[in-house]
Amino acid sequence: MLNVDNVSCLRGERRLITALSFTVQQGRLLAVTGENGSGKTSLLRMLCGLLPPEQGRILWEDQDVRACRERFLASLIYVGHLNSLKDDLTPVENVTISARLAGEEISEGKTCEALEAVGLARVIHRLPTRVLSQGQKRRVSLARLWMSQRPLWILDEPFAALDASATGLLMQQLRSHLHNGGIVIAATHQEIDVGADRLDQLRLAG
Amino acid sequence: MSQPGIFAALNEIIRRDLLLVLRRRSDVLTTVLFFIMVASLFPLGVGPEPAVLRTIAPGVLWVAALLSCLLSLGRLFTADYVDGVLEQMLLIPQPLSVLVIGKVAAHWLISGLPVVLLSPLLGLQFGLSGEALGVLTLSLLLGTPTLSFIGAIGAALTLGVRGSSVLIALLVLPLFIPVLIFGAGAVTSSASGIGAGAHLSLLGAGLLLALALAPWATATSLRIALE
Repeated sequence: MLNVDNVSCLRGERRLITALSFTVQQGRLLAVTGENGSGKTSLLRMLCGLLPPEQGRILWEDQDVRACRERFLASLIYVGHLNSLKDDLTPVENVTISARLAGEEISEGKTCEALEAVGLARVIHRLPTRVLSQGQKRRVSLARLWMSQRPLWILDEPFAALDASATGLLMQQLRSHLHNGGIVIAATHQEIDVGADRLDQLRLAG
Repeated sequence: MSQPGIFAALNEIIRRDLLLVLRRRSDVLTTVLFFIMVASLFPLGVGPEPAVLRTIAPGVLWVAALLSCLLSLGRLFTADYVDGVLEQMLLIPQPLSVLVIGKVAAHWLISGLPVVLLSPLLGLQFGLSGEALGVLTLSLLLGTPTLSFIGAIGAALTLGVRGSSVLIALLVLPLFIPVLIFGAGAVTSSASGIGAGAHLSLLGAGLLLALALAPWATATSLRIALE
């Protein structure tokens, strides 16, 4: 369970978020919506610990995330609006290295399975990432969701650049994760179809 | 914090950075060629007088090493910052300072170690004795990692800032001065028969100090840069 307690965020001179509180229970997806510049990315970055809140607390399983940083980060996958890929590495190398850096013991075989699950054919697994399209790069970036058992997914515009088939695959993976008791927080402009009983909405006014 | 996890992350970041250099060899070649060019231009400009060359050799070779290190510092974190990989590194359960040590170690292997290995060869151009060449190599072996650690602080502080390469130079060059003085001084002392022990000890102490403080300072700067 993730609790956000009275959190505020100031970016430069502008107050983006004021005294925001909410809870996301296991098996639920929180869709964060709002206009451009309303603070969606800032909120997600605060939840991950990349941006310190001006005030308030973020609790993971009833513990302040600052007090249980290692345990919290070991429970988290964050996919930002950047793909976090090195153009000179192959998709397999990119995904394997980032997973290993995050402390997961991943074989290249398992990475290949994840890349296939996200709809990337084996023929492009060993190509330099720089030759892939934006949509393919996004799929590579999202492949970690198919490899990890981590319960908390924080996703910033996960559907950006994805075609209909990749969107369908991701939606299916989100449903499966929620079904297994996971938590998803996603900033998105797209309708998320995971079932009304699993979906919460948070609209930021900015 | 599990120690195997820390060492695995350290190993992985070094391996990744070396793999990236293998894919883009021009980066390492630029640094090495710059070092060779700078060190080789001085004998051509100063003239063939052996005594003069022997006198200026330690300073010239050390300044060339320092400038070639500076040349590669801009790349230390910029690419990871631009493509979002640095953001992911901040979310790794291991301490960020461990990853910084890995990045600095890779930077030294790529830009510092070739300089150390080439220095005896370039020292021959200046007519340095065998003993002086040995001291030069040892001083660079102790001093260049310190340059990488200090440089990492500057690279992190100027991350995302316009004109960062000039700013890095302004920030770190004053901090490089003690390393330059003790490094070049070691060779000069050895050549004049005083012995290089004191200078090398100070270089070693500087390296330990940099290893203790620079990763923490760099990690803090990176966090601020990404907020």
